[in-house]
Amino acid sequence: MPVRGVDIKIKGLTHKYTPKSPLTFEEVNLEAKPGEALAIIGRSGCGKSTLLHIMAGLLPSTGGKVHLGDTEVRAPSPRWVMMFQAPHLFPWMEVTQNVGVGLRFAGWPKKKIDERVDEALRLVELEKFADHNVQDLSGGQQQRVALARSLVMEPEILMLDEPFSALDAFTRASLQHDVRAIAKRIGINLILVTHDIDEAVIMADRALIMAGSPGKFMDELEIDLPDPRNREDPEVQKMRARLMTAFHDATSSARGQRPAVGDEKDAGTVQQRGSEASAAVAG
Amino acid sequence: MSTDAAPQGREMPAFGRMCVRGARRLMYAAGGIVVLLILWQLGIMYLVSQPETRVFGGFGPIPTFQKFPELWEQGRIQSAISASLVDRLGTGLLIASIIGVPLGILIGRSRRFRDLSHSPFQFIRMVSPLAWMPLAVIIFATWNGAIVFLIVIAAMWPVAYSTAAGLAKVDPNWYKVARNLGASRLHILKTVILPAIAFDIFSGLRLALGVAWIVLVPAELLGVTSGLGYAIRDARETVDYSYLTAMLVTIGVIGYIMDSVLVCLINRYSWYHRRKN
Ligand SMILES: Nc1ncnc2c1ncn2[C@@H]1O[C@H](COP(=O)(O)OP(=O)(O)O)[C@@H](O)[C@H]1O
Ligand SMILES: [Mg+2]
Repeated sequence: MPVRGVDIKIKGLTHKYTPKSPLTFEEVNLEAKPGEALAIIGRSGCGKSTLLHIMAGLLPSTGGKVHLGDTEVRAPSPRWVMMFQAPHLFPWMEVTQNVGVGLRFAGWPKKKIDERVDEALRLVELEKFADHNVQDLSGGQQQRVALARSLVMEPEILMLDEPFSALDAFTRASLQHDVRAIAKRIGINLILVTHDIDEAVIMADRALIMAGSPGKFMDELEIDLPDPRNREDPEVQKMRARLMTAFHDATSSARGQRPAVGDEKDAGTVQQRGSEASAAVAG
Repeated sequence: MSTDAAPQGREMPAFGRMCVRGARRLMYAAGGIVVLLILWQLGIMYLVSQPETRVFGGFGPIPTFQKFPELWEQGRIQSAISASLVDRLGTGLLIASIIGVPLGILIGRSRRFRDLSHSPFQFIRMVSPLAWMPLAVIIFATWNGAIVFLIVIAAMWPVAYSTAAGLAKVDPNWYKVARNLGASRLHILKTVILPAIAFDIFSGLRLALGVAWIVLVPAELLGVTSGLGYAIRDARETVDYSYLTAMLVTIGVIGYIMDSVLVCLINRYSWYHRRKN
């Protein structure tokens, strides 16, 4: 298996949005191996997106360091690319132009861009839609274009911020499988932020549980399951239950530590979401 | 990927569809013009049939079109167009864009500037451009300068406010996506902002052209000795009826052509709901 991914090292990362606002998270430490797929799970508002934006160089941190491979992250780079919750495609461009836009920024000649774009479109199975306007595509197809737009940069790390939460359950399930399969095939790191426990179990090699205010990593769980992972598989179900338990232990211990308003309700939301998603897929 | 079915089929190739649409539109345009010419001719026939207006036969479509070769040979049409279009309208619209687009970007991007500038801009905008005329004539050394000033003061507002409105619709996530993929500031301007708002800039320019064209001709009725407005005054003073109507037709045709060019540009750069064609 090829490995294009890199060592990820985060040390003592701290963040505040403004000097007066409370800490978003505090003393976050993280290490990952080249090619590892990591999931960060936690309820909304615990700072997952903020953490990922800092890792991608899209937001400055307040303290601490992020090292991706041999480089300290200070700015965005084609070596680590983020996929967002919505595709945010450029509606005045065709599919191919959207996919190739990063290479255009990098000053590639048109012919080489076309080759790479074709390859990326094959990877996400959209080659038939190459010359469509992106507004003519379904939500799932648009998110695939966004995936191809990220992959075309041949990043070492693909960061995903709840990338499928706006999609219907079936499309979401197929994309979860595909993204993991592609990442494993080309050997890149995945860092997935999600509040969907099923998603973490299907896509990640390891899950980190983030909770509290300010946010912290409370626990982690190795997700040591063979591919392809199937939701109905008893092993997968068992892992899901373990992760769910770990998640609840972590959030209640975080609650014991620092009481926060609305915690009870939000923890319930995560549990509900998880079972909803699995119910939808099973049904 | 059974869930990702293509949302719609495409029966006819885009080019064929475009040709059919173009031919249809052309037929309607020609029909409309024929109706207009017939009404014009009927009106003139009525005037000629009345004893006290019989002399106005020269205003009819036939003498008007017969007049064109002569005017063209004398170079009157060409010089009028060059003075009005290039020297005044073109210069005026260019300056209006150079001021209007950055002004629009400032209004669109800075809330403070928008709030601060709102009252004075509305105040200036609501003064009729022609009301500036006496002032402009005093301030500017040449008539040309005064007319260009009037065009600028009339045309910069639609450009500025369309640009600002376009900018307000730009999704901030597009900037984030571009930065994420390694875009520089210049890339963001060229690849994101300008394509996103080109449509709005041209829409503003179309409105600007409309008001500038309306300001231009009456402004040329005074003082200057060239241009379309001057030609009309000249025709009236020499009591050359068909010259007068020939110049009116010229003004209409040129305005129509310029507007059509801008409509083409607007369509070319519009990206909203592309699929509904
Ligand atoms: N731009 C911002 N300015 C100030 N506070 C913010 C901003 N974005 C997010 N926050 C706050 O930071 C915390 C973490 O947000 P976020 O990272 O989006 O959480 P998550 O992705 O886990 O839902 C939340 O309490 C949120 O209200
Ligand atoms: Mg988030």
